[in-house]
Amino acid sequence: MPAVGALIGAVVVGLLFFVAAPAFRNVANVGTILYTCATIGLMAVFVALLMIGGEFDLSAGVAVTTSGLAAAHIAWNFGLNVWVGVLAALVLSLAIGAFNGWLLAKTGLPSFLVTLGTFFVFQGINLAVTRIVTGGVSSNNISEMDGWDSAKSIFASSFKVGPVEIKSLVIYWIILTVILSWVLLRTTFGNWILAAGGDDKAARAVGVPVTLTKTILFMGVGFGAWIVGMHMLFEYNTVQSAAGLGNEFIYIIAAVIGGCLLTGGYGSVVGASVGALIYGMTLLGISYAGWDVDWLKTFLGAMLIGSVLVNNYVKRKADA
Amino acid sequence: MMATATQEHPTPPSAAPGSYILELDDVGKSYGNVHALRGVNIRVRAGEVTCVLGDNGAGKSTLIKIIAGLHQHTEGVMRVEGEETTFNSPREAQGRGIATVYQDLALAPLMSVWRNFFLGNELRKGIGLDIPQMKKVAGEELQKMGIVIPDLDRPVGALSGGQRQVIAIARAVYFGAKVVILDEPTAALGVKQSGVVLKYIVRMRDAGLGVIFITHNPHHAYLVGNHFVILKLGRLVLDAKRDDLTLDQLTAEMAGGQELAELSHELRGATSGADASAAKEIEAEMEEVLHVEADGTGTGAGAAEGNKA
Repeated sequence: MPAVGALIGAVVVGLLFFVAAPAFRNVANVGTILYTCATIGLMAVFVALLMIGGEFDLSAGVAVTTSGLAAAHIAWNFGLNVWVGVLAALVLSLAIGAFNGWLLAKTGLPSFLVTLGTFFVFQGINLAVTRIVTGGVSSNNISEMDGWDSAKSIFASSFKVGPVEIKSLVIYWIILTVILSWVLLRTTFGNWILAAGGDDKAARAVGVPVTLTKTILFMGVGFGAWIVGMHMLFEYNTVQSAAGLGNEFIYIIAAVIGGCLLTGGYGSVVGASVGALIYGMTLLGISYAGWDVDWLKTFLGAMLIGSVLVNNYVKRKADA
Repeated sequence: MMATATQEHPTPPSAAPGSYILELDDVGKSYGNVHALRGVNIRVRAGEVTCVLGDNGAGKSTLIKIIAGLHQHTEGVMRVEGEETTFNSPREAQGRGIATVYQDLALAPLMSVWRNFFLGNELRKGIGLDIPQMKKVAGEELQKMGIVIPDLDRPVGALSGGQRQVIAIARAVYFGAKVVILDEPTAALGVKQSGVVLKYIVRMRDAGLGVIFITHNPHHAYLVGNHFVILKLGRLVLDAKRDDLTLDQLTAEMAGGQELAELSHELRGATSGADASAAKEIEAEMEEVLHVEADGTGTGAGAAEGNKA
């Protein structure tokens, strides 16, 4: 139900570019479009759960880069198997999520502020540590090191379905959308997420571990950042230390277009993925149509406001 | 034990009517030199409604918080079913069958009725939720209490204030409460909605629960109460049975000397106003429910109430 606005938006955007952009009608481009969607959608589903749980994570975009850099730096600097770096990055990403959750609980500050802080902290760390380790602005190429091939086959492989090339990240995105949607709607933990975001005092009064729930949600965002970070590393061999900046807003926009309320307690995981789909179609549709890509953000902003209005309208109708 | 039984099914209160489920003996709470509460004696019996009245700042919240496990008393003794007890957390109090329904923080407004009903006590089938069973139970429990909600997927925020209170109360009762503390359940409600809640209090009483009804409205208290306690500035100023008291006396005690004239003027105004007929109606209905058996006429009227809202 929360995703109705997003579904309408996706159909409208799809039709628009289907008519306006010849390349959009080319089946071979479906893989490219889905891939673009997956890079956003895989994070957006975790960000959506966190928002339904009543919190923001502005450090999500930078966290992807931090994870990729950590894996590359650790493997390269210590001459270890690439998998050691990958696992260390997982631990770090989950720890950053846990840290965000802990800081939120300890300080009682809004998550907007807390994660704005960690956003800048990790942005600085990404640049500074990369400079220290490599002397430059990107991680060193670790593609000659042990374990690279097997890790790449997991995080950055692809396969062909007819003329369509599907990246593994797209599969992970779809699987996670299904799993997380099930978690939200069909499990006890999902009920806790809705309650923690909807009314944390009411939730506490009946014994829901609100702080733990929110911390797990932040760690979920960390987990998503790890998958996307690893993909970026193994897809492009190196990670730019300034990458990921601004993506946190794209994740939030996807989640909000998908029906998540900024105030928490309401939203949809599937909706967030549809939001990501809209983003991907818009980004590629604009360039396929031969329009100036500079217009992308304008288009997204208008989409955001339009979707929220449609979502609110549908919600009012449903409640009445 | 109660703690395990709560998970399964509505357990009929084990204490026989008349025995004390909850006793407070000379209970007090002080923060350093400041006494928030002093020398409070309250006995809660199964099948009785104990009304705690008092103005803002009289110590009602402190008292609730002690019984609900949010604060610990510093003086006196609290006994649950005869056993000396101090609750260290709300969870502990709930485990002993003491449920608190707060006026404002009872339910998550955007969540559906059944999700709220089972929040914190979700039924599972395998690793997922057993949604059909939860909807069935929630629907049945609410119907028993005279609230009919056709669509249990509706967010509770779309329901009336009285219905929301009743859902919160029904939930506490279903999950094995023996004593239910109601914190100002009628304070934010209109006359009709208050009637829905008051009827429900009577049903709980008749089902053999001990009810502690916190209110500052002597009219509401007198309609359902068996026992009345008035707090003022952290002390007990009145402790009387229904038989020993009239509504006027209760109102007078509650209001105190100098405010009484003002209040009675207000009340005279109310009885001649347009609201008065509705108030009378509810009062008459309440009297009926009080003296007739619980499952008699009250259910139909309650259901009608639920549908109207």
